[in-house]
Amino acid sequence: MQWFDYLGFGQQGWGDELLGGLGITLSLALLTLPLGLAIGLAVAAASVSQKALPRSGAVFFTTTIRGLPELLTLFIIYHGAGLLINKTLKWLDPQAAFFELSPFVAGVVALALVFGGYSGEVLRGAWQALDRGQREAGLAFGMSRWQIFQRVELPQILRLALPGLGNLWINLLKDTALVSVIALNDLMRMANVAVGATKKPFLFFLTVCLIYWMICIFFEWCIARMEKRANRGVQSL
Amino acid sequence: MSASPAMPLATAGIALQADDLHKSYGGTEVLKGVSLSARQHDVISIIGSSGSGKSTLLRCLNLLEVPEAGRLSVHGEALDLSGNRSRRFRRQMELTRRRLGMVFQSFNLWSHMTVLENVILGPCALLRQSRDAAIAQAEVLLDRVGMLNKCHMYPDQLSGGQKQRVAIARALAMDPEVMLFDEPTSALDPELVNEVLQVIRELAAEGRTMIMVTHEMRFARDVSSQIVYLHQGLIAEQGPPEQLFGNPQSEQLQRFIASLY
Repeated sequence: MQWFDYLGFGQQGWGDELLGGLGITLSLALLTLPLGLAIGLAVAAASVSQKALPRSGAVFFTTTIRGLPELLTLFIIYHGAGLLINKTLKWLDPQAAFFELSPFVAGVVALALVFGGYSGEVLRGAWQALDRGQREAGLAFGMSRWQIFQRVELPQILRLALPGLGNLWINLLKDTALVSVIALNDLMRMANVAVGATKKPFLFFLTVCLIYWMICIFFEWCIARMEKRANRGVQSL
Repeated sequence: MSASPAMPLATAGIALQADDLHKSYGGTEVLKGVSLSARQHDVISIIGSSGSGKSTLLRCLNLLEVPEAGRLSVHGEALDLSGNRSRRFRRQMELTRRRLGMVFQSFNLWSHMTVLENVILGPCALLRQSRDAAIAQAEVLLDRVGMLNKCHMYPDQLSGGQKQRVAIARALAMDPEVMLFDEPTSALDPELVNEVLQVIRELAAEGRTMIMVTHEMRFARDVSSQIVYLHQGLIAEQGPPEQLFGNPQSEQLQRFIASLY
C-alpha cells in the first residue's frame, strides 16, 4: 500500500474515518463556543458586580477552573457528573435504568466550563476598560441598565475582548483533542486508531497535524477580519 | 403644555424646579440645600469656583447623582427623592431623564456608532420612533450644528468641537424640555470653543430652556437670562447677568469676578 492508499476513502483507506473525526472535532468546538461565552459573560458580570457574593463566586469559579488541568475537568464531568446523575435517578426511582452520559455532552460541558473560566477574565478586563462616560450618557438619556448593556457596553466589550477571545478559541480547537481519552471519536482519536491498525504513526500524525494547522490558520484569518471590522472608526489601538 | 386650571399659577410655565437639594460624598456635604427654578425659555448659567458644587448640582438635576434630600419636578411632575430606590423610582427616574437633554464636558459619544447612529439611538430605542423618521430628524439636527457632512464618521475621527456639536444634536434628538450643559467647552482647544458656543447661542435665541455650568463668563453674560453664583454648596447670589456682574453684592462674588480679569 502507498501512503495515499492509507489516506484514501473506502474499505482500505482511513480518509473517511479521519473526516468523520474532523466533523466531531469541529461540532464539539462550535457547540462549546456559545455555551462557554455565555458562562464567561456571566462570570464577568458577576466579577464586576457591586455585591460581594457574586464577586467571590466569580473568583471561586475562575480559580477552580483555571487551577485544574483541562483533562481533570473533563474526567470530573464525565465520570463525576455521570455518577451524580445516576445516584439521583436511583434515589428518585429505585427502578430507574442506568443513565449513560454521552461523552459528547460531557466534552461540551467540560470544555465550556474551561472556556468560561478563561474568557470570564478576558471579558472582565474588557468590561473594566470601558469608558465610563459612555455608560453615563446612556443613563442621561433614560436608558435602563439592560439597554445600556446591550446597546453601549456589549459591542465595545466584544471589540476589546476579541484578541483575547480569539486566542482562547484557537486553544479550544486544540483542547478538543482531550475528549479522545473518553472514547469520543474525534480527529485525534481516529488518528490513534489508524496508527494502531496500520503501524504508520508518522503518516497519520503528520496528516492530523496539517489538518489542525489548517483549521487554526483559517480561524486566525477569520478573527483578524472580525477585529478589523470591530475596530472600524477607532483611530489608535 | 398649557397650564391647567387645577395647577397653581406659580408653577405655570415652570420647566424645572428643584427644592432644597442636599448631596454629600462620604461625610462632605457638597450641596447644602440648593433650590433652583427654570421657567420656560430661561437660560440659567451656574458659575462659581471649582469645588463650589456646580457640576454636582447639574448632575443632581437629571439624577446622575441622586440627592439625599430635596424635591425635583420637571414640568410639574414631582419626583420624591427622600423615598426608597425601588424599581418604580428607577423607572420614574428614567422617564424624567428622557425629558432632560444632557451635554457632557467630555462629550461621551458612543464610540462604536457613527455620528448618525449616535443621534438616532435615543429616538429609536427610547421614544420608539421609526428608523426613517429618526434619520430624517437627525439630518435636520446635524445640519443645524453643521455636522451633516460628517454623519457617517465615527467619533474618534472628529475634533473636540465637532464631537461636542454632535453631542448637542444627539441630546436635541430627544426633544428635551430642558437642556443641561456641564462645562461644554472646558475640554476643548481654545480655537474650537467658539463653534460650540455659537451653537448654544442659537439654541438660546430660539427659546430653548437651558441650564449650564460654564467658565465662559462673557458668554454666560451674553446669553443668560439668569446667573446663579454657587459658593461652598449654597447659592450665594442670583439674578440677571447685568445685576450679578455689574453690581455683585457678596464679597465672595466680588472676589470671584475680580479673579477672572
